[in-house]
Amino acid sequence: MSRAENGRRPRPRTLKVNPVACQGHGMCIELLPELIAADPWGYPLIAPGPVPDELLPLAQRAVNSCPTLALLLTSPE
Amino acid sequence: MLSPVSRLLPEIPRLTLDEHLSAYGPPPFADVAYDAAGLAPLIVAVEQSGLVGRGGAGFPAGRKMRAVAEAGRRGGPFHSQVGTVVIANGAESEPGSGKDRLLLRRAPHLVLDGIVLAAEAVGATRAYLCVHDDPAALRDAVTSRERAGLNRVPVQVVEVPGGYVASQETALVGLLNGTGSRPAFVPPRPSERGVRRHPTLVQNVETLANIALIARNGPEWFREAGTPFAPGTTLVTVSGTVARPGVYEVALGTTIAALLDRAGGPVEPPQAVLAGGYFGGWLKLPAAGEVPLTDRALRAAGATLGPGVLIVLPQSSCPLAETARVTGYLASQSAGQCGPCSNGLPALADALGHVAFGRPADDMLRWTHQLLGLVSGRGACHLPDGTAGLVGSALTTFADDLRYHASRGPCGRAARLPVLPLPVPPAPPAPPAPDPRTRPEALA
Repeated sequence: MSRAENGRRPRPRTLKVNPVACQGHGMCIELLPELIAADPWGYPLIAPGPVPDELLPLAQRAVNSCPTLALLLTSPE
Repeated sequence: MLSPVSRLLPEIPRLTLDEHLSAYGPPPFADVAYDAAGLAPLIVAVEQSGLVGRGGAGFPAGRKMRAVAEAGRRGGPFHSQVGTVVIANGAESEPGSGKDRLLLRRAPHLVLDGIVLAAEAVGATRAYLCVHDDPAALRDAVTSRERAGLNRVPVQVVEVPGGYVASQETALVGLLNGTGSRPAFVPPRPSERGVRRHPTLVQNVETLANIALIARNGPEWFREAGTPFAPGTTLVTVSGTVARPGVYEVALGTTIAALLDRAGGPVEPPQAVLAGGYFGGWLKLPAAGEVPLTDRALRAAGATLGPGVLIVLPQSSCPLAETARVTGYLASQSAGQCGPCSNGLPALADALGHVAFGRPADDMLRWTHQLLGLVSGRGACHLPDGTAGLVGSALTTFADDLRYHASRGPCGRAARLPVLPLPVPPAPPAPPAPDPRTRPEALA
């Protein structure tokens, strides 16, 4: 159940990389090219700003697929 | 010119505890520090003083103390109050800075007072004083205080291995936790979860010496020096082409020109000053002389105050060559944990090397600018951001030199001996700890 169904406004969510954990496997770049691009060394570059609502399920899938759990979907404070 | 102030650096070193106590009096312990009802009075006083951290980042000292005290009160499981930890950061890694070492040599007990007072205010049960060198003298100082009953919280002196990022606050926490002296990804910040998962206050030793003075004299006294937005005094290490290089204590807001005068003025005709250390920026002289030494004014001018570093570059030096060498040093200091840093900084150093010592084609200049964007904000610590800031500042400030190098190749000054200090040899970064998830025994 999403937060919107609780009657609360969904908080904007953003993608973030833990750069220590990230080893450049590139799963997220393959799975979410809408928001994630590869830098010259194969590490992810994330589009700035909150994740658009329609991409949230795909973003969550990319987060779940990261082999080193380095991709995070966070709510800004 | 303002008369020199000496709050932190006494003319005569106060080395022994007796000398210290006769000059400053005993540290004013507040016996209400553990009162669950409110904050320790010292935290409120430090907040009112407007003191910001003197380690380089300039974070408000009182707000950090409050965060740690509150995290300690929120506590551990089942809402139990947990003891917090204080780390005094005297592990001065900035090659152009000598102020923390000098402070610890000149007034060690002022720093130790600050450690114990801050520890009591945030409810700490342990404190660590982290230094790069000469721990023996500080251990003697700690012992003499224990005998006098002044260390209400046990203080341990810890020797930190060299390396530019080893004194970053999460790297100090990692060293004390035994997980390696390398920066860590935040959150959680040390103020939430630090040494052995306890909320941990990390403050620079100069910040703590100021806290010891605020505890004695109050916030109004502290604000008598400096400007309303940048109160107090600060230690600045001045080097390069000046007659009397060294550490100077100045009221914040003193102009660069006034401080350079105190340092004897330039020896050779000056060209520019690097303000803020190797995460700082270049300012052209003599125009920069009017800039007051506050972080806000320096940032507006394109530099930073950082840990209080000014390096004066003579006209006879090539600023691009100087910056390229420092970039090579900073790249060598990557702990190798974050891909964009461990790949991007050597690439940036290489590109700037071409710019300074070769004849950079347009695509090399474009690549250099592109690399600045590719490394910024993409590490666990600020090594990539700081390096990109320094290189970006050099490319902007010395646009004329850049054009000369691009059209005619390296200028004759590029071969001169370096002015910006480089530790030789650069300490090799520690190899990253094995990932516990992929350790062979974990798989077996």
